[in-house]
Amino acid sequence: MASLDDLKKRIASVKSTQKITKAMKMVAAAKLRRAQESAEKGRPYSEKMNNVILNLSNGISDKENAPKLLSGTGQEKTHLCVVMTSDRGLCGGFNSNIIKKAKIYFAKILDERKDLKIITVGSKGNDQLKRVYGDKIIENISFKESKNANYFDADKVGKIVIEKFEAGEFDVCTIFYNQFKNVITQIPQAQQIIPLNNEGEESSSEESYEFEPDEDEILSNLLPKNISTQIFKAMLENSASEQGSRMSAMDNATRNAGEMVDKLTIEYNRSRQAAITKELIEIISGAESL
Amino acid sequence: MSEEFKVEIVNPEKSFLVKEDVTEVVVPAFEGEMGILKDHISIISFLKPGIIKILSKSGDENYYVEDGIVEFKNNNLSILTSTIFNLSDIDKSKQQDLLKQAEEEANKTDINDQSKYLADQKVDVLKTLN
Repeated sequence: MASLDDLKKRIASVKSTQKITKAMKMVAAAKLRRAQESAEKGRPYSEKMNNVILNLSNGISDKENAPKLLSGTGQEKTHLCVVMTSDRGLCGGFNSNIIKKAKIYFAKILDERKDLKIITVGSKGNDQLKRVYGDKIIENISFKESKNANYFDADKVGKIVIEKFEAGEFDVCTIFYNQFKNVITQIPQAQQIIPLNNEGEESSSEESYEFEPDEDEILSNLLPKNISTQIFKAMLENSASEQGSRMSAMDNATRNAGEMVDKLTIEYNRSRQAAITKELIEIISGAESL
Repeated sequence: MSEEFKVEIVNPEKSFLVKEDVTEVVVPAFEGEMGILKDHISIISFLKPGIIKILSKSGDENYYVEDGIVEFKNNNLSILTSTIFNLSDIDKSKQQDLLKQAEEEANKTDINDQSKYLADQKVDVLKTLN
């Protein structure tokens, strides 16, 4: 059995760990509120953008010559996956869930003997993927310096993706991120952004629009913006999910630490009592033998 | 009959402005300024750098935008933009900052004609704000 001193030390160390996790939980809760707010505020923009594009693509008469960002390159040989994770750890299953989802997708693509290219956003994803898929990762982007998700960063990622698309480096692009549902539930998502996947969605109206300038020009201007918008949306959802996930992970850790302290305290008290009893027995039996 | 319609301006971060009592909006569309009144035909267009004028019963407002898309449908005007400022919030120093940025952009040599044109537009608009 551990000595009294050892037990004392362990209790102290678990207690200080508990303090840290508690503090992290509070910080995450505060950040979560802000992140959640901006995720909700950011939704109208991407929804409206989607709507406009939907209306536009329905209005396009010449589907054959539609911009490639909308209709694709006509083949599906090379897949680009943008895996968006956080830059910090200690957030429960947040990163692992995205990675798991992405790995299933990777395996499927490689099974079909297609080419795979990966861009990781956020250092944690890169850390987890580079061992197995190191040779597939073509770019690693990290926004450690930016405090909050902002559009400027998303635009940077979007520009890289579009640049590579125009250089013909890939045919299909999918982004992986966690969608924020609530504090305990985040759903890993795989969303295809190139070519745009609008199937199954019906335009809200049959009304025809007037375009100025013509559809093609608007579309070719709008589609790159939409890429950045979708990435930005993913970043917002991700940051809310990250904080939510961290909050519940730290909450669990705090509770576990509390349980551990209780258990150790009982053990400590028992062994203290045992030591006292032992001493008493020794004294009494010593006195009796006289 | 009322002559008012609804305008909504959203940027990526949030819904920037929602106004229900608007009588006319003038937007700097790509092919020239465009005034939109109630019952305008459905239209989609995009914006070049310029000033959005919103005229309403409760007073007129002016906004500076650098880019965006405008969609009008069923008397709902949506403007999606990534860069927008209320003119009354732009003071001298802010305006100078923006102007400097725009000028730098316009003086770059490695940009294509369209971005060059847009950057020049920016410079022009910002200069008229003086």
